[in-house]
Amino acid sequence: MRKTLLESLTHGSLTEPAPAPDEAALSELAAKVDRAAQARLGRSLAIREVDAGSCNGCELEIHALSNAFYDIERFGLRFVASPRHADVLLVTGPVTKNMRQALERTYNATPDPKWVVAVGGCAIDGGIFRGSYACVGGVSEAIPVDLHIKGCPPSPTDLLKGLLALLEHVGCKR
Amino acid sequence: MGILDSISHVHTASSHRPWPRAVVTEAGWQAAIDRLVEGRLTLLGFWGEPTAVHMAMLDGGSAEIAVVTYACTAGTFPSVASRHPPALRLERTIHDLFGLVPAAADDLRPWLDHGAWGKSYPLSDRNASRDVRPYQFLPAEGEALHQVAVGPVHAGIIEPGHFRFTANGEHVVRLEQWLGYTHKGIEQLMQGASLEAAAKLANRISGDSAVAYAFAFASAVEAALQIEAPRQATLLRALMAELERLANHLGDIGAICNDASFALMHAQTGILRERCLRAANVAFGHRLMMDVIVPGGVARDIAPDGVAALRALLAELRKVFPRLIELYDNTASLQDRTVTTGIVKAEYVRQFGAGGYVGRASGRNFDARRAMAYPPYDALSFEVPVLEAGDVNARVWIRIREVEQSAGLIEQILDQLGPGGFETALPAGTGHGACEGMALIEAFRGDVLVWLRLDGELRGERCHLRDASWFQWPLLETAIEGNIIADFPLCNKSFNCSYSGADL
Repeated sequence: MRKTLLESLTHGSLTEPAPAPDEAALSELAAKVDRAAQARLGRSLAIREVDAGSCNGCELEIHALSNAFYDIERFGLRFVASPRHADVLLVTGPVTKNMRQALERTYNATPDPKWVVAVGGCAIDGGIFRGSYACVGGVSEAIPVDLHIKGCPPSPTDLLKGLLALLEHVGCKR
Repeated sequence: MGILDSISHVHTASSHRPWPRAVVTEAGWQAAIDRLVEGRLTLLGFWGEPTAVHMAMLDGGSAEIAVVTYACTAGTFPSVASRHPPALRLERTIHDLFGLVPAAADDLRPWLDHGAWGKSYPLSDRNASRDVRPYQFLPAEGEALHQVAVGPVHAGIIEPGHFRFTANGEHVVRLEQWLGYTHKGIEQLMQGASLEAAAKLANRISGDSAVAYAFAFASAVEAALQIEAPRQATLLRALMAELERLANHLGDIGAICNDASFALMHAQTGILRERCLRAANVAFGHRLMMDVIVPGGVARDIAPDGVAALRALLAELRKVFPRLIELYDNTASLQDRTVTTGIVKAEYVRQFGAGGYVGRASGRNFDARRAMAYPPYDALSFEVPVLEAGDVNARVWIRIREVEQSAGLIEQILDQLGPGGFETALPAGTGHGACEGMALIEAFRGDVLVWLRLDGELRGERCHLRDASWFQWPLLETAIEGNIIADFPLCNKSFNCSYSGADL
């Protein structure tokens, strides 16, 4: 263990330079985010992830955001365990009918100001599960969405770009 | 003697491949259940159609597989679960989706149907409505017992499900799972879908097993159509399957340690996992390798710089991973949490036919890659690690050994890759009506079964996909007994069962 720890001190950092915030995301947010609320948050956002019926692909990439390459916490973005602690709900999946109520309750349990980010193709409009008897078909059918991040699943870099756009938008209005 | 020889049946389906399927009499159905109860056969799958139920069974000794079909002429079938518990959730699912009634069933509580679909029995033609009442958890009574309800929204970044713990102080006396939250109606979406659309769905049954499902789906289609993927394609399929296994095991080994507050391991294996996904992206253009395997072969050859990327990955892995194993093995605070925690009994693993590291950590020596010897594994050399302890530690060690085996397999495959066709053209139609195919492929968490029937135009008529988790989830309920609630995350992570794969 000592060797591993020491080596990690002498070797350069793996962490990659930050990607530029996604332009499309910035413009989507410009229309939606409440300015008065932004001032109160500063450059830090607490994220609660909600899987509303995804295949788990999006979760794998969201997990990757915390690895040494992306190191999401350096941006003031962190994942929290409860919606009560969250500013942002990061929602994946085509919103199954069996998850709809839980998603709504999680949304209601999140204090204002709050933002909802829909992650992945299914979360936008149900994706390949659209039209199923068991799916609502897109997060915005259940709760209001502020930002969509596309991809099946979106890569960690895509996720980071979208979240940085959110952070930028929240932070620059202070 | 074949499985079906001792089970009285009406006729054998002629278009079912590669293993036989027979329509059985009621006596035959009961005889099949007898074999399961006696432990002479293992339940591999159990699924419905509007007027029939099917059971796939495995003879572990001969690795022979057969499917028995019971025609539910009166909308009922003799309950399997009342005599063979591993069938229980599958039987409840059949009732939820088709409305077929297992006669003399002890437990007919809904499983996938939470009363939110707006209709009952969605895969049947019945228009009957069903009264779905608030879910009744099994009772646990006694002084000082209390219940802890967890989920469906969990504290971590994981899939949704509900766990109901009954505890005496910190000690769990009963855990009951209630899943179905990620039910997306995939089997209905498969009906009438083109092969292309159905393959896309198969890739998204469980994102961590995208390759394994695509592999199984493609193999089942090829079995039905009696075609073979080219050699180069089977090598690439196995290459992706091993890469997927590697990435998942690395991620999970770290995550298990992280649940014991040993974050260093999580950080280190997280780096290796990310390197796997990046190499996969270079080689196949997608980090999780979705939509690369298609019926008939693979959609594209490995990228020109893919081989170098994978060799670099193996070099890095060989350098770093042994140190991480040593770290795991020499950290007493970790061992304290994983050794003797969450033991799964060998008899349960046998009874449930649990696959993957859950089965192999409790002495069940089964791996579909070896037992079914499907190409290209029939020509590759690898070992299947098996341990007896059945605790969290044993499941970690099985994964460690499988990482090593996968690395060896990837190396062998890279040495064998060469130029060559990677896709066999599919026929325009089956030529003679419906045909049926089946495949059993080893995903990282165990064997995935795909059964399908294609119509004359190669559209899905009925497709059933069974994740290894069906037979592992119930064992997690047994593993936690007598442990403390605080050790549940460790037990759970060491299983890492799929929600999406089991809810479909």
